[in-house]
This record gives sequence, C-alpha cells and structure tokens, in this order.
Amino acid sequence: MKLAVLGAGAVGSSVAELASQYGHTITALADSQSAVVDADGIDVDSALARKQAEGIVGDAEPEEALSASYDVLVEATPTTLGEAEPGFTHVTEALNRDKHVVLANKGPVAERYGEVREAEQDSEGTVLFEATVGGAMPVLSTIADFDADKITAVRGVLNGTANFILSRMAAEGLGYEHVLAEAQDLGVAETDPSFDVDGTDAALKCVILANVLSEGEECTLEDAVVEGIRDLPSSALDLANEDGKTIRLIGEVSDDGVRVGPRLIEENTALTVTGTRNIVQVETTHAGVLNISGRGAGGPETASAVFADIGRLPNQ
Amino acid sequence: MSESEDVHAYTVRLELTDRPGELLRALEPIAETGGNLLSIFHERGNLTPRGDIPVEVDLEATPERFEQIVDALKAADITVIEAGSDRYSEEIVVVLVGHLVETDLSHTLSQIQEASGASIKDFALSAPEGENAESSARLRMATEAGKSEQILAAIREIAGDKELSVIEPLGEVDR
Repeated sequence: MKLAVLGAGAVGSSVAELASQYGHTITALADSQSAVVDADGIDVDSALARKQAEGIVGDAEPEEALSASYDVLVEATPTTLGEAEPGFTHVTEALNRDKHVVLANKGPVAERYGEVREAEQDSEGTVLFEATVGGAMPVLSTIADFDADKITAVRGVLNGTANFILSRMAAEGLGYEHVLAEAQDLGVAETDPSFDVDGTDAALKCVILANVLSEGEECTLEDAVVEGIRDLPSSALDLANEDGKTIRLIGEVSDDGVRVGPRLIEENTALTVTGTRNIVQVETTHAGVLNISGRGAGGPETASAVFADIGRLPNQ
Repeated sequence: MSESEDVHAYTVRLELTDRPGELLRALEPIAETGGNLLSIFHERGNLTPRGDIPVEVDLEATPERFEQIVDALKAADITVIEAGSDRYSEEIVVVLVGHLVETDLSHTLSQIQEASGASIKDFALSAPEGENAESSARLRMATEAGKSEQILAAIREIAGDKELSVIEPLGEVDR
C-alpha cells in the first residue's frame, strides 16, 4: 500500500522507517513546516536525516502531502483537544478523496467521533485507530472481535508516565516531585508532563473506548470525570501499602461513564503493572475478564499498531 | 435458592466449654440449617469468668433460617450470648488526602459514620510533614453487602465540603 504519513514525531518517523518491512511504500511524509512527496516512494532515510539536522523533512509544503498519491493516510500529528485540528481536517480531506485513514492522533476520535464516523459513511475509505488506545496493545481490535455489545466495562492503566511515577513512589517511598524529575531525566516524562500526570491522556483513550463501546452516544473529554496524580502525597501510598494495596491512575469506562483518577487497588493483581507498562481489562458478557498488557507508548510500538490497522483495511 | 435475595449477615456470640470438639459441635447446627459461615473468631486464650471460651461467628442466612440456627444451637446446649443484630458483611477501604487535621479529622470521621451508616473498623493517619501540612488517612469501613456505592457517595460529599480528596477502591473485576 502507498502511505502518506502526516506528522514526523516519534510515531510518524517510526511508521516511515518501518513501512518497507511491512511491504508498504511511503509516498509522502510531512511535519508541521514541510513535506517530501514522491509517488514512487520517498527516500525515508534522507528525509528523517534532514528532519534531525534542519528540522524539516523536505522542500514541499505540508499541504502537498495531503493531496499526494496514496492509499492510506497515516495521521500522526500531535493530539489536540477541542476542534482537534489540524488532525480532523486531514481525516476528512482524505475521506473526501475516498482514501483510508489510520490514526495515531487521538484528537479527532476523542473530540469529534460522530463527525469522523459521518465522513467515513460518505466515503469509500475506512477509518481505523488502534494506535490511539494503548500503543502496541490490540485493544480496539479485541473489542471489535468480541463485539462492543458483549462488553460491559473496560478499565486499566493507560498512561505509562503516570504509572511509572506511582509505582516508583510506592516502591521507594519517594515524593512526587522527586520521581517526576527522575522520570524526566529518563525521558519517561516530558518537560511539561501535564497531559500525562493530570490524567488527560488516559482520559482521551477512555473517551475513545467509550465512543467505540456505545455506538451512537457520543462522548468527548468534557464528559469524562478526570483527576490526576500531581497532588498525591507519598503518605497516601504508604498507607495503601501497609494494607497490601497500592494506588494507580486508573481509567474506567462503564455504564456510569468515563472516569479517570488515582484508585486503590490490591497490590498483586493483573492491574498492578509496574513502570511504563500499560494494561487494559475488558469485562465481557460471556468470557469473563480479558487482560491485555504491553507497551502503551513509544515510536516503533505505536507504529506496530498502525501497521496492524493497515493490514485490517478492506480491498487490498 | 429462591430466597437468596433475603439473605442477611448475622453475628452470633457463643461461649463454649473448654472441651475438645466443642467448636465443631457449635458449628454443625449452622451448617446443617443452611447458614453460610463468613468468619469465626475463636479467642482460645481469653476465658470468660466462668472459664468458657468466647467465640464470635459471622454468618449469612435468611431470617427464618437464622431463627432455626439459634434454636438448634440452644437445643444443643450451647450458650448463645448474643444473636441477631444485623451486622456487616462487606468491607471498603478508602484513603483521604488533604488538610485532614486542620479540617477536624474526628468531625470528618463521625460525619462519615453518620451519613453512610457504615462502621469504621480501623483508621490510620500518616502526616510525615507535620499536622499542618497535607496528610493522608486510611479508613476501613464495614458495611452491609451492596451498600458500597451509597457509602462512597456519602464520603465523596463530606470530603468535598472539606476540600479533601478521596482515593476510592476500584470495583472488583477478577471474578
């Protein structure tokens, strides 16, 4: 398949870099400033090298990537809230051209799910977004396989940064600020960690899950009850620990809606993953609880989910 | 069982003669009458003035069966000190975080107890930064089965008034 990749961050770059291993050709790659386009396949290595050296991927305008020749648009620009632009426009423009869209950007399916689905209905193209929930983990495809109707709740650890901080605070008895600084040194937390530690990132993933589970009743970030971990003192973790429990940032999607916040959980259960690992528990009507665990972020990890989606697209 | 929705939790306090086989003899009528044993608290080292051993048994049964159980115990000549009071069969643990001491902790606790109808079984405070800083408290509450959501709602409201945050337990899914 011919892929146009929008976004040249960790995920976009990995998709471009690994595409040939999955038998795909990159016909366009764009970041926010520039693009490189070639209907026969771009030179990925030199585009990424240029991105490293000069901060641009090529000499074309970013819009040219959107109008290039491709079968699948891979939308991997940064997640934005509210209008979810420019991601949303990228999605609709590709669909207007009857092209497939694979999203790694959470914005359009979290904030404007109904509109994305509507645009998809009017198009020959299909929209898939496995990479938006839990990185490499096959969460959305599992839900699709089991049928959203047969799933009563989904919950789990959906943010590796917050989980790293909490599991480290619990294990070492260290304070939040200390562990955050450590996580930033290790590259586990960003310089501005708000998105992760305030629960926004986990909430967006839960909102996407809620949208998939309740076809029809649209949910956005505004509908979610979200609490972060910034104000959690280590004394709270100590008290939990004394009682054989711990505290993790848990996202929950159920009939009661979407809720993200620090929760008390038993210390040794499937949910208590440590470090940056993620886990999602799917509660099914006929098959009990399924646990899906793995790497919830990272360039090659998330790119794997993008390639899995491309493999699921119809008419190949 | 068709009567299952009518099952309650009961606590029975017994005094057993210090003789081998007495505990088993006391439990038999419960099992035979269809009571569901929840826990047995057997204080072997703590004798009553008469030299008997106090035993506390928590069980679940329908009210009719519970009456039969008590009758069967009495018929077997087992001393029943107390029976019947509707007791608690579920436990909830929450952690409160915030200015717990400044916002009058004992008032918070009695409010929680009153509003939720739960009984606070144990309580731990951790205030490593001193009593004027933010601290954390762990509360273990006993409640009747099925009341957890109601109790958590009451705690949320009381905590909200005092700007405390509540770290709630995650509902069980590992069935």
